[in-house]
Amino acid sequence: MPRNHDIKKVLVIGSGPIIIGQAAEFDYAGTQACRSLKEEGLEVVLLNSNPATIMTDKDIADRVYIEPLTVEVVEQLILKERPDSVLPTLGGQAGLNLAMEMEEAGFFKENDVRLIGTTAETIKKAEDRLEFKATMEKIGEPVAASLVVENVEDGVKFAEEIGYPVVLRPAYTLGGSGGGIANNIEELEEILANGLRLSRVGQVLVERCIAGWKEIEYEVMRDGNGNCITVCNMENIDPVGVHTGDSIVVAPSQTLGDKEYQMLRTSALNIISELNITGGCNVQYALHPDTFEYCVIEVNPRVSRSSALASKATGYPIAKVAAKIALGYTLDEIQNAVTKKTYASFEPMLDYCVVKLPRLPFDKFISAKRTLTTQMKATGEVMSICDNFEGALMKAIRSLEQHVDSLMSYDFTALSKEEILDKLEIVDDRRIWLIAEALRKGITYEQIHAITKIDKWFIDKIAIIVEMEEALKTQELTAELLKEAKRIEFPDNVIARLTGKSEAEIHDLRHEHGIVAAYKMVDTCAAEFAAETPYYYSVFGSENEVIETKGKKKVLVLGSGPIRIGQGIEFDFCSVHCTWAFSKEGYETIIVNNNPETVSTDFDIADKLYFEPLTPEDVKSIVDLEKPDGAVVQFGGQTAIKLTEALMKMGVPILGTSAENVDAAEDRELFDEILAKCGIPRPKGDTVYTAKEAKEVANRLGYPVLVRPSYVLGGQGMQIAISDHDIDEFIGIINRIAQDHPILVDKYLVGKEIEVDAVCDGEDILIPGIMEHIERAGIHSGDSISVYPAQSISEVTKRKIEEYTKRLARALHVIGMINIQFIVCGEDVYVIEVNPRSSRTVPYISKVTGIPIVPLATKVIIGHKIKELGYTPGLQKEADYIAIKMPVFSFEKIRGADISLGPEMKSTGECLGIASTFNEALYKAFLGAGINLPKYKNMIMTVRDEDKVEATEIGRRFEALGYRIFATRGTAEALKEGGVKAIPINKIEQESPNLMDLILGHEIDLVIDTPPQGADRAKDGFLIRRNAIETGVNVLTALDTAKALVTSLENTDIRQLTLIDIATIDNR
Amino acid sequence: MKAFLILEDGTVFEGTSIGSTKDMISEIVFNTSMTGYLEVLTDPSYAGQAVVMTYPLIGNYGITPDMESKKAWPDGYIVRELSRVPSNFRCTGTIQDFLKEQDIPGISGVDTRALTKILREKGTMNGMITTNENYNLEEILPKLHAYKVGDVVSKVTCSEKYVLEGNGPKVALMDFGAKNNIAKSLNERGCEVTVYPAGTSAEEIISSSPDGIMLSNGPGDPADCTSIIKEVKKLYESDIPIFAICLGHQLMALANGAKTYKLKYGHRGGNHPVKDLSTNRVYISSQNHGYAVDAESMDEKIAVNAFENVNDKTNEGLSYVGKNIFTVQFHPEACPGPQDSGYLFDRFMNMMGGTK
Repeated sequence: MPRNHDIKKVLVIGSGPIIIGQAAEFDYAGTQACRSLKEEGLEVVLLNSNPATIMTDKDIADRVYIEPLTVEVVEQLILKERPDSVLPTLGGQAGLNLAMEMEEAGFFKENDVRLIGTTAETIKKAEDRLEFKATMEKIGEPVAASLVVENVEDGVKFAEEIGYPVVLRPAYTLGGSGGGIANNIEELEEILANGLRLSRVGQVLVERCIAGWKEIEYEVMRDGNGNCITVCNMENIDPVGVHTGDSIVVAPSQTLGDKEYQMLRTSALNIISELNITGGCNVQYALHPDTFEYCVIEVNPRVSRSSALASKATGYPIAKVAAKIALGYTLDEIQNAVTKKTYASFEPMLDYCVVKLPRLPFDKFISAKRTLTTQMKATGEVMSICDNFEGALMKAIRSLEQHVDSLMSYDFTALSKEEILDKLEIVDDRRIWLIAEALRKGITYEQIHAITKIDKWFIDKIAIIVEMEEALKTQELTAELLKEAKRIEFPDNVIARLTGKSEAEIHDLRHEHGIVAAYKMVDTCAAEFAAETPYYYSVFGSENEVIETKGKKKVLVLGSGPIRIGQGIEFDFCSVHCTWAFSKEGYETIIVNNNPETVSTDFDIADKLYFEPLTPEDVKSIVDLEKPDGAVVQFGGQTAIKLTEALMKMGVPILGTSAENVDAAEDRELFDEILAKCGIPRPKGDTVYTAKEAKEVANRLGYPVLVRPSYVLGGQGMQIAISDHDIDEFIGIINRIAQDHPILVDKYLVGKEIEVDAVCDGEDILIPGIMEHIERAGIHSGDSISVYPAQSISEVTKRKIEEYTKRLARALHVIGMINIQFIVCGEDVYVIEVNPRSSRTVPYISKVTGIPIVPLATKVIIGHKIKELGYTPGLQKEADYIAIKMPVFSFEKIRGADISLGPEMKSTGECLGIASTFNEALYKAFLGAGINLPKYKNMIMTVRDEDKVEATEIGRRFEALGYRIFATRGTAEALKEGGVKAIPINKIEQESPNLMDLILGHEIDLVIDTPPQGADRAKDGFLIRRNAIETGVNVLTALDTAKALVTSLENTDIRQLTLIDIATIDNR
Repeated sequence: MKAFLILEDGTVFEGTSIGSTKDMISEIVFNTSMTGYLEVLTDPSYAGQAVVMTYPLIGNYGITPDMESKKAWPDGYIVRELSRVPSNFRCTGTIQDFLKEQDIPGISGVDTRALTKILREKGTMNGMITTNENYNLEEILPKLHAYKVGDVVSKVTCSEKYVLEGNGPKVALMDFGAKNNIAKSLNERGCEVTVYPAGTSAEEIISSSPDGIMLSNGPGDPADCTSIIKEVKKLYESDIPIFAICLGHQLMALANGAKTYKLKYGHRGGNHPVKDLSTNRVYISSQNHGYAVDAESMDEKIAVNAFENVNDKTNEGLSYVGKNIFTVQFHPEACPGPQDSGYLFDRFMNMMGGTK
């Protein structure tokens, strides 16, 4: 079937801000699909509220709207742009839910718009628990005994029928949000009540617990002619009970025989045929470990995190093929872009093993429960490829960017056998490390399997790694042993540690015996056909397939690794744009990265893709082979920056700002000298190594002070200390996250926080715009609401910022990007942080100013001057729009995480509000972040003493909007004194009715809770904040945010939003 | 113990000996299936060949009851890595022990991807697995060149006919090296299946008045099976419905004047798309063949193309004009591989008049 030519203009809906359960994979899928649609000559209209994405770029779509993902916006957009079709299956659950809501309302039909790809009927059949169950029963596919309930009572009744434990799955939620396993009636009531509220349709599935069964997934494709294939199957090492997003996943399945494999494959094909899916689909199974019994867990009739993983694991571009299928093509008409010899109706065959590890945020949320459940908690993931499982696991571990490099990285040696057996009962993110220790202590495979239900095959693989540790510790390091250690991917530094040799000795010994990494191709077909796509992974002990290319100048672009809090999708945006810019300038480009969710690891972004860990050793092996003319580190976040020194030692020139100058920005003494030389003030401070020194400095400066490690990522470990006691506590935490670098102690200044990104060519600078944070200094810039152009600073200050930026960029000899954060107190401007690299705000500021900063910076790095690129140096004129970047959090997913904002970053994503007025932009930004108020017009206030005056003012404004304010005693008194009506309410620890009852009563719109500064900030009010978040109530912990919100609410009469096509912004 | 794989072109791979330690010369072919190594090992079509598994981790679920014949047939087994500890609820032993019991020489630790690339580029070639470290290439290479797979059908076929009871249609299954699941697929549909040795005359089969005849898969060069081809021609001329798979498909084509040819490196795996030309539907199939029917050489009045390989457009099936005969190159019986084309057994059932 050739393509349907009635389709001319397609609206693609993205997935919105990055949250846990919905991350970069949808940018990857969406970007690939948009490119696939454009290649067919279609006009693509894109809607996504997330400005950090690559899909929201004018290179990707023809019309780009970074607007809130609401029904009103889509309606308005359809009326404005008049697309003939909507493709809803690429934007994750958010995009799908939105499209379904509109389809149900009949809007698409009324306006002659059709849903392409999978139909609404199919989506409903797959997503609605009842319909899904009926469909499965019809075709004889088993599902676990279950019942959809709409109230707690029915749930309890059913659970008693089928027996505890039971699994609870709310309908239409993200990443299993609000779900869980209940072992008894108390747990059931708690989880169920919560799940019912979170479900869009107020339904929760209560299900027979199949925890402990093998969890297997199939990625399947089907076209309009009924042809279907499976792209890949995957096995979760963690059995059913842990969300697949938090599980260690291996592809293909390892412990299934052909009987089991084909049984489930046939089932998956039957299911997508019955559901009449046209496009990609994910089917999840639970397989009984000791019989052929299986249950279908769920079906996702869209691209997903798993489909992104399957695409990267096999080389089969699921989103691209799904887009072509949506246009009417059949699988046998779509060429396999990897082999160019086969077609999309071909099942990929792997001749390697893929391991995915989740990247969990417990380093950011120290107080959070590390337990893994059916509620996803991972912010990102890493993938690795090797020709053996042990090697793939070892590579994945060191890709995590979590200070882990082996199965010895978490130390459980102090635990006794009994303690380990007890601890194995708890499923958390360190389980494989604990299993390794269990094996070291002689606990049998059977015992480990009995507790964890992890298949013995995987336990044995862990044992092989443990045996190698022991061999390296106790045996002489022969060439044979070294070869075997490298085959299973022990990094040199770990071998060095175990053998008592130096890393350099290991390196040299390897080379002496010719033990070097070889690279193999991911070709979709296990070498059956010659493939042309240069997508590589490393192995030891095999023949190298990569040919060192010559001719063009060659550049190595280092990616940013897994998505984690503090280093998100923005850096992938930068890496990809930098790669494209180098390519346009005639360079051969090589990307090294290990994140399967991203666009940068798509096979056709760079000339060559190495899917590898980003450690010095792994990068060196690539450098030895490719001999690049230079490397770019300034676009890959801290991950890439950290490799600078190692690259220099390898003799690879760092393109752009030199390594010494990167150091100068981080080294306190050097940096102080530069600031002094430039005549730029900074808050007073000092560099220390111990708590004692820190206290001395703090007392000299006077509290409060800011304490942080140098080389920080997303403010990790950064805290405001108000006493000596705080310093002791904070330095303890900093040391726990293994810092080799010194600690900085600075005077904490209260002022407006200002941020700029600039490009410098060595002489001139270009500042696209000045951004101002709504929250005052003290809250991490990534968690602050950011406004462009800055609204409340004077022209004089702006000029001063421009001048300081210029002086600093020149003094640091910046070639390329620089990001500077300032504090403005009155007319005084202080520099608080300088990063001589691309930052989180670059995609946002690029899009709202229309200045392509990354390509510009890349050209500058190559040697072009700003002036010759058609720009006037200096601060660019302000755009006609106000653009507000709003942080988005995923607190409800992380049990036990403290949500109060501070110097350490906690947001997982962001959305944009762009409009011609500040108020509309702010309104859009809150809307995009999902804060859609008012609902009940009830709120709670509980603020610290120093905030009471300001809080009264805010309370007054909420009151004027008709809000009923509940407040804790002290706050209530302050409000009353200020003439604001407040209903006093007992604190959580006081008798009922108290705050908790109020929150659980479900009629609260908002909690404003400002915790005290210092180490106690996390403790005070913690329960209020957690309970509010977990019941879906908005919580604000900074008065500035509250002020912004009330301003936005005062302007909710802006119902008719003006939609802005970002692609038309050109500020030159 | 060390082992070596010596290829006809002089390439030598070093690895570790698995299974038997005897020297063995055979034709080296690769299979891309990610599961089903036991079905591959027990598929009689591999007689005279050594199989390279492109999936690097083999033996993960050990030995299960999933044998496609009584014993293992390949003359050699070449893998990247054998699993030390197998794991499966049906597992009865390790593949290491199985290879030893079956006296199959093998080699592990081979860069199977590099080997596969050689076979892909240069075509299927002969090779030898040896544990003799002092091998002499000058002596071995001429032997490798001279090796022919030869008449293997007679080696793999059953020695005497036997019957699988059933109440439905009576099917005569010609065993050229049949995989168990062919008979089983028919038996499960109610058929009474009589399995005949390859040398059985057409007269004997026809005189037993079966409702249908099934020609099985099998090893070797189809053109070598001259006497069988003569009998197949007689079966063609009877009006009994016939369904043929793989070697059976090739023999029926040869019996009707078409030619077969050797593919450069064959199709062996579980991911080959075949298109049913009557519906344009594409099915993913299990395949194992080194020869193919040259569809161009077939008289259109006798048979027409029914299936085609989506990748290389080679013939995958024929439908005989005016006859109740259809034949396919791929394996609807799966085992290992996808079960998507199992519907063809139902088609055969209908040709025989249904389940009775």
